Amino acid sequence: MRGDSPAAQSPLLEIDGLSISYSHRGHRQTVLHEASLSIAAGQVVALVGESGSGKSTLAQSLIGLLPENGQIDGGAIRFDGANIARWTQRRFDTIRGIKISLVPQDPGVSLNPVRTIGAQVGEIFQIHGLRDPRERQERVLDLLDRVGLSQPRLRLNQYPHELSGGLKQRVLIAIAVALRPRLIIADEPTTALDVTVQKRILDLIDDLRREYDTAVLLVTHDLSVAAERADRLVILKAGRVQEQGLTDDVLGNPRSSYTATLLADSPSMAKTAIHRAASPDAHPIPANGAPAPIVVENLVVDYRYGRSSATFRAVDGISFTVPTGTTHALVGESGSGKTTAIRTLVGFVKPTGGRVLVDGVDVASLRGQSFRHVRKSIQLVYQNPFASLDPRQTVSEILTEPLLNFEPIERSERERRVRAMLDRVGLPATALERQPRSLSGGQRQRVAIARALIIDPKILLLDEAVSALDVTVQAQILRLIEDLQRELRLTYLVVSHDLAVVRQIADTVSVVRQGRIIESGPTSTVFSHPVQDYTRELIDAVPGRRLLLAS
Amino acid sequence: MSNRGTVASIDLPVRRQGPLGTGWRRVPASLVLSWLVMAIVALWALAPHLFTEYSGTIGMSGQQRLPPSAAHFCGTDELGRDMLARIIYGSVHSLTGAFIAVGLGFVAGTLLGLIAGSSRQWIDDVLMRFVDILLSLPPLLLALSIIIVLGVGTINAAIAVGVASVARFARLARAEVIRVRRSDYVEAAFGSGGRFPAVLWRHVLPNSLTSVIALAALQFGTAILAIATLGFLGYGAPPPTPEWGLLIAEGRKYISTAWWLTLFPGLVIMLVVLAANRISQSLRGSSG
Repeated sequence: MRGDSPAAQSPLLEIDGLSISYSHRGHRQTVLHEASLSIAAGQVVALVGESGSGKSTLAQSLIGLLPENGQIDGGAIRFDGANIARWTQRRFDTIRGIKISLVPQDPGVSLNPVRTIGAQVGEIFQIHGLRDPRERQERVLDLLDRVGLSQPRLRLNQYPHELSGGLKQRVLIAIAVALRPRLIIADEPTTALDVTVQKRILDLIDDLRREYDTAVLLVTHDLSVAAERADRLVILKAGRVQEQGLTDDVLGNPRSSYTATLLADSPSMAKTAIHRAASPDAHPIPANGAPAPIVVENLVVDYRYGRSSATFRAVDGISFTVPTGTTHALVGESGSGKTTAIRTLVGFVKPTGGRVLVDGVDVASLRGQSFRHVRKSIQLVYQNPFASLDPRQTVSEILTEPLLNFEPIERSERERRVRAMLDRVGLPATALERQPRSLSGGQRQRVAIARALIIDPKILLLDEAVSALDVTVQAQILRLIEDLQRELRLTYLVVSHDLAVVRQIADTVSVVRQGRIIESGPTSTVFSHPVQDYTRELIDAVPGRRLLLAS
Repeated sequence: MSNRGTVASIDLPVRRQGPLGTGWRRVPASLVLSWLVMAIVALWALAPHLFTEYSGTIGMSGQQRLPPSAAHFCGTDELGRDMLARIIYGSVHSLTGAFIAVGLGFVAGTLLGLIAGSSRQWIDDVLMRFVDILLSLPPLLLALSIIIVLGVGTINAAIAVGVASVARFARLARAEVIRVRRSDYVEAAFGSGGRFPAVLWRHVLPNSLTSVIALAALQFGTAILAIATLGFLGYGAPPPTPEWGLLIAEGRKYISTAWWLTLFPGLVIMLVVLAANRISQSLRGSSG
């Protein structure tokens, strides 16, 4: 599939010195500085960069979908020999969908919720001149079958909300490949998906590429995905191309320091756990007699459908124990019940059956107000730092609030503790008076961690706490989490679908599938000698084996 | 549908336009004009004597029903009173009335919505069915019934209009409260040991208010209109108070011979309502 002597042909797409700027409040800001790259027919080129690096802007400009305040200031985009950089929307209509198409980032919001799948896929044939409805339906069925949708005939009349994220992404890919375009732009096509689904989607794009000889521009922040799938890499930072070249060359011999940082921060399977490398005896077995901070026995949680009496079993008899000062991870795909399980520990979900002991107290029996005292010892850090901080509060207010909820503390002491905690999570004191919206994702997550730790809990629950962050930031937050555990002797319970992250920070791991734990044990054992097929499948799906080979 | 629309449906997520709001540089002219109208009317209410030398209630003999001229920009009425002076002195009645009406609707409605949105299912059901009943009554009929109970007068008319608008505020506030209550930061506030009333006050209420405030601005225009309607029907301020609705009612008798008596108060009401609507629209836009 890779390196089929594309150098022999003239490139399909050639970007030459492209500069793009946005105007905001009257002044212009250049977000892309003289970027150049080329893609040959049938080639996969990955555009890698953090959020804000300008990679999406570049992708949007190729298909004439820059936001209204964006403008191409210079350079050329030659597609199939024609310079499309200054084309009007009307001219773009003649190639969009036909010669260049787009697989958008978030399958959850990219389909029209009030139209059926059949109608939405059929639309592209209709626009491009296929009038006969029966023939159109045949083509749609073929296409849905081709992108691996089970029961395509059933899907025709389903609405987007009836499909999972992976299936929706397949529908979007079907729309993108419907007219066999020469170039597909895939903008973070798998970011919102589970790792096994991610693998299947990337395989699908690969198959279709080979079959139709379509070139693919893969826009991603994930170097391991790029490394595994692309012939060439283009590394973008702050609107400038840092370096580009054949994948193996870039990985094996990175010329820019930024690429080297990306490689080092990428949570690939290649790396060993941070803490074990740093301090081998950081996690002594607790003295016998002291109860483990978290004991979950035979936990069952049923959800009711609306007001009806029908129930759905989200968690089906889970048991695990986390000793003091260690990290336990629950891994599994979305919908496996792992998040529901940890939410019972903080009382946001009521268990239907089983026991949940936090510091020896059975929290299942506690209700409402009496739960507040348990909360002093157990805190939750959310996945999305953009949603978990009140946009109207300042950082200082956010960090002070938990202190106000428990026994009264003097004002000066409160301020001292807020400042100390801010310092501990690596934020400057100047952040105190700022609001979340003026902070970056990584800074927000630091604030969220500080809020959780300010009342000195013994246990921290991390619900996908780094999955919304860029790899470099992710690595920093993971290091912070590890440092805090050592300094404060915290017990962590981590929920994640990202096995590479779990491998880095967890001592023990439980693999959750359909509400049950199917395998558990020390992280290194489970990862090196998985017993269950499902576990093996999860591990195999993690991208980044090529990073391992390269390093 | 054109090609563009369809492509947009499989579009990239639209890039958000920077942080909230727009700089002064980009405030549209219509919005500036709207605030200007509101400022002028507010100044009329605060210091009417600065804008006119005439009295709003005492007529001048020999000056009855003069058409608009340099001395009387809006003409005079059947008792020789300067129309512009009457409109200027009348603004205080319309504005205070509208403030009372909107204030009442805003406070009572938001409270109702907050309770309904954050309480147990049955409390929510009871409150919202009550709101449904309020909404099913024509607002004018409701306002008239309340005035019949309270008695005629500017303040009573304002209270009647306010009560009639409680339902709209309550509905919107409840929807916002429910949206905010589901957010991670509210759950996190409970998670860090917050008590129910404190979390409601610190997080749910402030974050629900933006669109309710936009509705308040919109209701302000509606309230001015409703109070003028009640004044026109004779349920508001008694003569000789120069209340705007009353001015139109009194001028109606001379509509064929003295058009200025109805036209100018009508124009002023129209401008104020339009301005309030435009301002409300801008508040809603910035809440997005």
